Amino acid sequence: MTRKQRRGILIGTCLTVLAVATGLVLYAMRDSFVFFYTPSEVAEMAIGPGTRFRLGGLVETGSVVRGDGTTIRFVITDQSKTIPVTYTGILPDLFREGQGVVADGMFEADGGFHADYILAKHDENYMPPELAEKLKAQGVWRGDANAKPAPGN
Amino acid sequence: MIAETGHYALILALAVAIVQTVLPLLGARLRDPQLAAVAAPAAQMQFVLVTIAFIALTIAYVTSDFSVENVWRNSHSAKPLLYKISGVWGNHEGSMVLWVLILALFGASVAAFGANLPRQLKANVLAVQGSIAAAFLLFIITTSNPFARLSPAPFDGEGLNPVLQDPALAFHPPFLYAGYVGFSMAFSFAVAALIDGRIDAAWARWVRPWTLAAWMCLTLGIAMGSWWAYYELGWGGFWFWDPVENASFMPWLAGTALLHSALVMEKRDALKVWTILLAIITFSLSLMGTFLVRSGVLTSVHAFAVDPARGIFILAIMGVFIGGALALFAWRAPLLGQGGLFAPISREGALVLNNLLLTTACAAVFVGTLYPLALEALTGDKISVGAPFFNLTFGPLIVPLLIAVPFGPLLAWKRGDLVAAAQRLMAAAAVAIGVAILLLAFQRRGPWLAPIGIGLGLWLILGALSEIAYRVRRSGAGSAEVWRRLRNLPRAAYGSALAHAGLGLTVIGIVATTAWRSETIVALKPGDTAEIAGYELTFKGVAPNQGPNYRERIGIFAVARDGRAVTALLPSKREFTVEKSATTEAGIHASWRGDLYAVLGDPLDDGAYSVRLYFNPLVRLIWLGALVMFAGGAVSLSDRRLRVGAPMRGRTKGAPAAASK
Repeated sequence: MTRKQRRGILIGTCLTVLAVATGLVLYAMRDSFVFFYTPSEVAEMAIGPGTRFRLGGLVETGSVVRGDGTTIRFVITDQSKTIPVTYTGILPDLFREGQGVVADGMFEADGGFHADYILAKHDENYMPPELAEKLKAQGVWRGDANAKPAPGN
Repeated sequence: MIAETGHYALILALAVAIVQTVLPLLGARLRDPQLAAVAAPAAQMQFVLVTIAFIALTIAYVTSDFSVENVWRNSHSAKPLLYKISGVWGNHEGSMVLWVLILALFGASVAAFGANLPRQLKANVLAVQGSIAAAFLLFIITTSNPFARLSPAPFDGEGLNPVLQDPALAFHPPFLYAGYVGFSMAFSFAVAALIDGRIDAAWARWVRPWTLAAWMCLTLGIAMGSWWAYYELGWGGFWFWDPVENASFMPWLAGTALLHSALVMEKRDALKVWTILLAIITFSLSLMGTFLVRSGVLTSVHAFAVDPARGIFILAIMGVFIGGALALFAWRAPLLGQGGLFAPISREGALVLNNLLLTTACAAVFVGTLYPLALEALTGDKISVGAPFFNLTFGPLIVPLLIAVPFGPLLAWKRGDLVAAAQRLMAAAAVAIGVAILLLAFQRRGPWLAPIGIGLGLWLILGALSEIAYRVRRSGAGSAEVWRRLRNLPRAAYGSALAHAGLGLTVIGIVATTAWRSETIVALKPGDTAEIAGYELTFKGVAPNQGPNYRERIGIFAVARDGRAVTALLPSKREFTVEKSATTEAGIHASWRGDLYAVLGDPLDDGAYSVRLYFNPLVRLIWLGALVMFAGGAVSLSDRRLRVGAPMRGRTKGAPAAASK
């Protein structure tokens, strides 16, 4: 095998792998990204059933209903719009009424939002940063003096 | 007084680090051996000073000195001693001190054990190390002073985030940092070689032990983090493709590639320029990991604004070191000269393929981790990239690598024989494919890909064994001869076989758990029984308990299998009074089949509790595999060949093994 051929094979392999990788990334980008919205944004955008997104807001005070078995109903609000949510399973430790929450899921055919995951974490004053930002922009939440960045590890 | 001593030691360490950077570089430039010789004592002095600072901070934590703001914010007098100590690095400021301490430790080790390094290379390496230390010390002192005082001193502290109050968290960050920072050695050697404009096979021999040690620590650190997340977060998952995890995984991928390319450089004097570039990339990714986790930029671009000074400072450090190193690379790399080309089918060729796939997979993870940040910065859209993205991109890129792994060690250097290698792997392939087909035939549920994944894991393990078997049995040796060869096989061969087999174990664990886990959520009243994966769990009720700094409710479950009592599971929910925060402690019963995993949920209105049950088949193999990989690294590190030109101390110990060759 000549030097030229060897180099050709090396470069060819590299280009093939890179092309495949780029293709995979572009393909995966199409539908594995999950967007984050507040109830007001959802109302504006008219998201249909079957599209996964993250819904963020506050758990409306007095809205949590523990239904039959392990299904829980509550309402997520950003103080201007509200969306009812159902979730089956165990709520995170810091899920509280009046506290920030992020629900990952999609609209069902009947128009209710069904969450597959509920994120609420860290400490009592914790507000998911993307949520804090949006609520601040809407003037609903003023931020709090004790906010500290989420501890990394 | 102690805090001031620590603070003063940090400032002195900065001064020493600047001396360690400037004088040796000048010395190497001016060919002044005395100036160059300043490097070693400076590196040792720096280690002593940073150690003093670290001890001072630890004392402040252990004695609960709440006049130190950092202690007040992250500790509490009622916290158990272990967490008072681990609390030192459970926060931003303290973890940066730990980072610099490990950096100084590596520098001091080069100074102490690098007596046989060429004088100029040693001076340059220590100078580059010194510059990294100087940058981070400046960062700590100006933006993250752990010794800042509070006046008047508060009566008690605010406590440590409860999820961090866990034994695994005491050890996870030090190992992770030892890995991150360990790659700074490869970086310093690479930059030193670029400054010198000279590089040879011996360079790779010096770099490899450091890289290997860093890689081992990082492997263990990542595994511990995953183990912690598994039992502490109560989701039963072991890996979430969370940006914080990816930040540690990317340097691991690049570091694994670096280990393999340094091998080619050492043995064949090829891939020089690439190895240098990879060393720079690996440490750059480590810096990026530190930046992503420490700046708060990960959760949101805007979280960056929580403390812009810090984020921008780390960004500047990254810019200077990564940009500087890459510019130096562009300028000086052509001086290093090309290594020889080689046949595509050869050990070198296999290692190039390894590097190609590892770096591409790393790039895919990079895109998935940073794309949301870029998108948010550019358009304001907030997205999260979850597991589906990584499964679709990382998976297909890594599978060909896993298939190729057993071939690598069986191919000869320069020109390998693929057919002969395939013949030697025949038995391994037959067993792996056979098992995959059997599983496919008997699988009741789960994706069809799962049996193939298990086969792939077996292929890795058996392939690694086949290599050892081939090496000792070739040309029909008798049993005495086989035994002699087994003993004389270089430890590095055992090391790589172990590491590859460990990878196989991890693959099997990941595939089995992901594909065949059972999960159920039930509402149980005391006396009720739930069933999962052949186990019957009877809920006996809930008992309150008072821990050192928390109150908990413990759920009591009697576990039986086929009517016989197996064990009791005691999952609990802890309320931390000081931190006003709660954690979930899963109840886990481990067996050879897998883990039975129970999480106690909230009380429901009718006196029942919601309970989440999992059965995670073979999940422990994931971490066992990581331990085996670590052991493989350790065995390899003990090989005499690696120690030539590295620590002198080990030489005499390794000599008998060498003499018998």
